[in-house]
Order: sequence, then C-alpha cells, then structure tokens
Amino acid sequence: MTTEKFMTIPVSHFVVFSAILFLIGIYGILTRRNLITVLMAVELILNAVNINFIAFAHLSPFSAEVSQIFVLFIIALAAAEAVVGLAIVVALVRNRKTILTDEVNLMKW
Amino acid sequence: MDQLFVSLTGKVQEILASILPDFLDFLAPIALPLLGILLFAPFVMMYLTWLERKLVARIQNRIGPNRVGPFGLLQPIADGIKMLTKEDVIPEGADRFMHFLAPAVIVAPAMLTWAVLPFGRNMIAADIAVGVLYFIAISGLAEIAIFIAGWGSNNKFSLLGAMRSIAQMLSYEIPMVLSVAVVVMMVGSLSTSAIVEAQSGWGGFNWFIFRPWGLVGFVIFFLAGAAETNRTPFDLAEAESEIVAGFHTEYSGMKFALFFMAEFISVFSICALASTLFLGGWQGPFLPSWAWFFLKTYTLIGVLMWFRGTFPRLRVDQLLGFAWKGLLPMAFVNILSMGLWEFVPRPWNYVVSTSLLVIAFFLIVYGNSSDLAKKRTYVLAD
Amino acid sequence: MLDKFVYIIFGLSILSAIGVVAFRNLFYSALSLVAALFLAAVLYICLQAEFIAIVQILVYIGAVMTLIIFAIMLTARINDKTIRASNQQRVVSLIALVVFGVFLVGQICKAQWPQVTGVNAMVPIGRLGELLVGHFVLPFEAISAILTVALIGAIVIARNK
Repeated sequence: MTTEKFMTIPVSHFVVFSAILFLIGIYGILTRRNLITVLMAVELILNAVNINFIAFAHLSPFSAEVSQIFVLFIIALAAAEAVVGLAIVVALVRNRKTILTDEVNLMKW
Repeated sequence: MDQLFVSLTGKVQEILASILPDFLDFLAPIALPLLGILLFAPFVMMYLTWLERKLVARIQNRIGPNRVGPFGLLQPIADGIKMLTKEDVIPEGADRFMHFLAPAVIVAPAMLTWAVLPFGRNMIAADIAVGVLYFIAISGLAEIAIFIAGWGSNNKFSLLGAMRSIAQMLSYEIPMVLSVAVVVMMVGSLSTSAIVEAQSGWGGFNWFIFRPWGLVGFVIFFLAGAAETNRTPFDLAEAESEIVAGFHTEYSGMKFALFFMAEFISVFSICALASTLFLGGWQGPFLPSWAWFFLKTYTLIGVLMWFRGTFPRLRVDQLLGFAWKGLLPMAFVNILSMGLWEFVPRPWNYVVSTSLLVIAFFLIVYGNSSDLAKKRTYVLAD
Repeated sequence: MLDKFVYIIFGLSILSAIGVVAFRNLFYSALSLVAALFLAAVLYICLQAEFIAIVQILVYIGAVMTLIIFAIMLTARINDKTIRASNQQRVVSLIALVVFGVFLVGQICKAQWPQVTGVNAMVPIGRLGELLVGHFVLPFEAISAILTVALIGAIVIARNK
C-alpha cells in the first residue's frame, strides 16, 4: 500500500466524513437521556477530530509530525476526561439514584 | 534447513502471484503465513492440552490420558469430537447476539498476536515497526470479549467472574508493559525482529536474561503474562474447584472449546514473546532457528504447567495486591536499574544495578509484610 | 483497491456511530462505539499512522471502553423499555443538525483544499519520541500533570465516604 495508490482520495472526503461523525456525536449529546451515552458521544466527537488531524498529515512532512503528536495528546486527554466523567456518574448515581439527564435538574428555574 | 519455510513461502508466493487475478494480488505475499497461522494455531492448542494433562498428571503421581492412542496422543481429537457433538445450550434470558459474539471476539485477538512473533530467522508474518506495542494492544482487546461473555450470559455469577477477570487483566497489564519497556529502552526499537537481532553475539551471553534488569524483567513479565491469560495460580475466575466457571459458565460445546482455545493460544503467544524479549528468540548453535524458537517457548510453557501442578491458587485480594503492591514497584525500580546499568562504566554497572534491585526487593517484601502469610504455630493438645 | 476499502470503512464507521446514538440497549451502543473506534484505527493504518492506530486500540478500546462498560454495569438499568432513550429535543435537534450538516458539507466541498502530492506521511517512532521530549516537552509535562490530577480527582469524587 504505497503513497501513490493512496493519493487518489481527496482530503475533502476525509473532512466530510469527520464532519458527519462530529454531527452524529452532537446529536447524541443533545438528545440522549442516559448520561453514559452522552459521554460515549463525546468520545465519538474526539475520535472524529483525530481522524481529521491524521488525514491532514499528508500535506507536508512537518504537518505529519505535528498532527500525530497532537492526536496523541487528544487521546490522552480523552482518556482523562472519560475517567473524571465516569467518576461523576458514579457519584451522581449514589446521591440522586438516577442517571437520566432530564432528572438531574436541581438548578433549573 | 534453517530457511526451509522461507523458501517454501517464496515458491508458493510465485505460484499464487501468477494465478491470482489482478485485484487480489496483495494476498500473494501474506497468504502462506496467514494460512500457516490459521491452521497451526488450533493444532498447537490441541497438543498443548495433551501436554498439560500429561505433565500435570505426572506431577500429581498419576499417568494422564493413555487410552486413546499411543501415549494418549489422539486424546485431543477425541476431545474435539466430543465438543463438536455437544448440545449448544443458550440460557433463557440471555442476549442471543452477545452470547454468540463473545467466543469469536475472544479467539480473534489471541490469533492476531501471532503475527508479530519471530518464529525463526526471516520467519515473521508481519514485520511492523511497532511489533511489541501491537502485541500488547491486541491482547487488551480480549477484555471486551470477556465483558460480552459475562454480560450476555444473564447470570450474576458470570458477571461477577467477568468483572474479577477483567480487573485482574487490567492490573497485570501495567507491570507487563513496564517490563517490556525495559527491553525496548535497551534495544531502541519496538520491532520484535530488531529485539532478537540485538541479542546476538557472544555465544548467547548477550541474551537479556543474563543481565540483572533482564532477569527481574523476565520474572515480572512471566508472572504478569501468566496472570493475563488466567493461568494457575492466578485463575480464580475460572478455576476447577470453584462453584462456577466464571465468565464462561453458560457456554457449552464448541463455544466453550473456543474459549479454551483462546486461553491456550494466548499462553503460547505470551511464552513466545517472553522467549523473544528475554531469551534471545530463535538464536542458538546447531539446530535450525525455528527449532530453537519452539524449544524455548515449550520450555516456558512447561514451566507454566509446572506452576499449575504445584502452586495453590491466590485469593482475589491477594491477586490484585500482588500486582499493584508487589510487581508494579519492582517494575519501576527495574527501569531505574536498567538506566543505571547503561550509564555506569563497566564493571561497576552490574554491582550497582543488582544491589538496587535486591534492596528494592527487600523493601517491597517488608512493606507488604502485613499481607504475607505468617508462620503458623501449632499448639498440640496434650 | 485501497480507495474502495477506505470508502467501505467510511460507511461502516458512520453506521457504528449511528448505532452509538440510536440503540436503546446501552450495552449495544457501547459495542458500537468499540466498533467505531476500531474502524478509526484501521483508517489510521491506511493513512500510514501505525503508531497512532495502535495507541488508539491500546488506550481508547483497551482502557476507556473498559471503564465505560464497567460504569454501565455498575450503574445503569440497561434494557428497560419504559424509559425513553431520547428526550424531547429529538426532532428539533435532528432538523437543526441536518440543515447545519448540509451547509457544512457544501462549504467543505466548495473550499479549495491544498493538493497533496505524494508526500510520505510516515513518521518514524524515534522522531515522535524526539519531538515529545524536545520541541513539545511543555505539553508533554502538562499532560502528565493532567493525567495525575484526573486520576486523583476521580478517586476522590467516586469514593465511598
């Protein structure tokens, strides 16, 4: 699988694909009631952004290195955020006995 | 003789390249290694079950299977026929799709890890630049399969066994990765064939097991690998004397055989990776390279079976305590000791790193002394 | 050949992503997320970023998904058909996102992207290591601090008082 065989996919196709994944993730955040599904949709968004970065790596040798380093940092941050998010979910279940986003509305007017 | 399989692969590749149509020509270089792994892995697993039953039987002062063929050699085939003809029971409330999916998802990563093992000189299926990291990542995929199995069985004990098994696998991944990191630091490359090349020369004394950090790293990797594959003494989740068999309680017939197969294939690949990283891979004087590889791997597998016949099982809190409070600090100190070994001038480097490891070992044992078993004192009735 | 393969991976990824947000059964959406992440790793391999692909499998699937599935098992009522899986904003957000999506995809296709001409995007791992402790040492140290803080914070939040 050489570079020449690969280059026939224009980079805009990758950007469209990652935009579609991003929008599906946003749909998940806006509509799902279960908090854990919302967290999974956030992971989907971060994944879409990673794909975008790696697709742009072909622009120049410099951008290949920078995009891979950036993706490493995004993966590490996503892991940290999933950990804290799930700790909050566990604490929420213990206190309010619910994980539905509709029912966690103490501060709403 | 040494390059027998390599030349065989070359000939088959030429034949295939001439007969395959144009859009399938990427298959030609990888067809024979792929088929080799797919056909060889179940064969290895079958005779590993035979070896285990014979060895453990001899340790327990009995003979083991000896009726089905000379020395019981056809016993695995009889077992296979039995497994295939058993009724496939699916529990009533179980999720059929997940119950069906779990055995497939657990066998696939076990076989995928064989792609980066150097079976001999130039005999590696996929010589990628990140070989060792690929091995560790793919063996982490088995955890998802255990979840699917445990949840899909609709059985509280299955779920509990699955969660214990996953906690064990996660805890032991960290010392395993750290002990591999020591070898990678020394070699400077993640590729398994480069690691084997770096241990060449000096008539075998360049193998990493003969260095102080290598010996400790080998022990940590071996114990962590045994725990990863749920072997005794770490097999609380699926032991034979427990009431239920853990996450594969509700499986019967061919699906259970697939779980069993995944376990033995992982055992082979962990021992093969241990011999690659620490024992010099396929290097050795007279025999062909692949013969040395299998000799070393099967010696390590024999040691694991020896463990099974000899050691009592660990309780689950002892299991997790051993990983987090015992192996993990030792793995960190091992990395430090390797760094010192590399930079302190000879011959003092052996002294410095060995003394650091010994001091750390005694400190860890002292620090864990409240958990270790105390010597029993017997008061006899008079 | 590789192009058709990449388009198939695109299609499967979009299907798994829809599976994540559409399944009522929480475990099925977790499995769809595992599939989506695995397909993204395959895509990285096609894009010559092998190290990132393996880190994705190791960290995202091996650790983050295991954590999410543990949390699902410990806290959720998974297949209760009386609980609606999506809230009232379903139709509105679907329409809004479809409109926005059409606009966004249109603008992306109209834009002038730089033409990539056979640049070798393969970064040797040694070079990544050099960059991490050389040019990018500040983000590297910052992310180590973030991971430590996240670990301690998660334990503190989820602790049984």
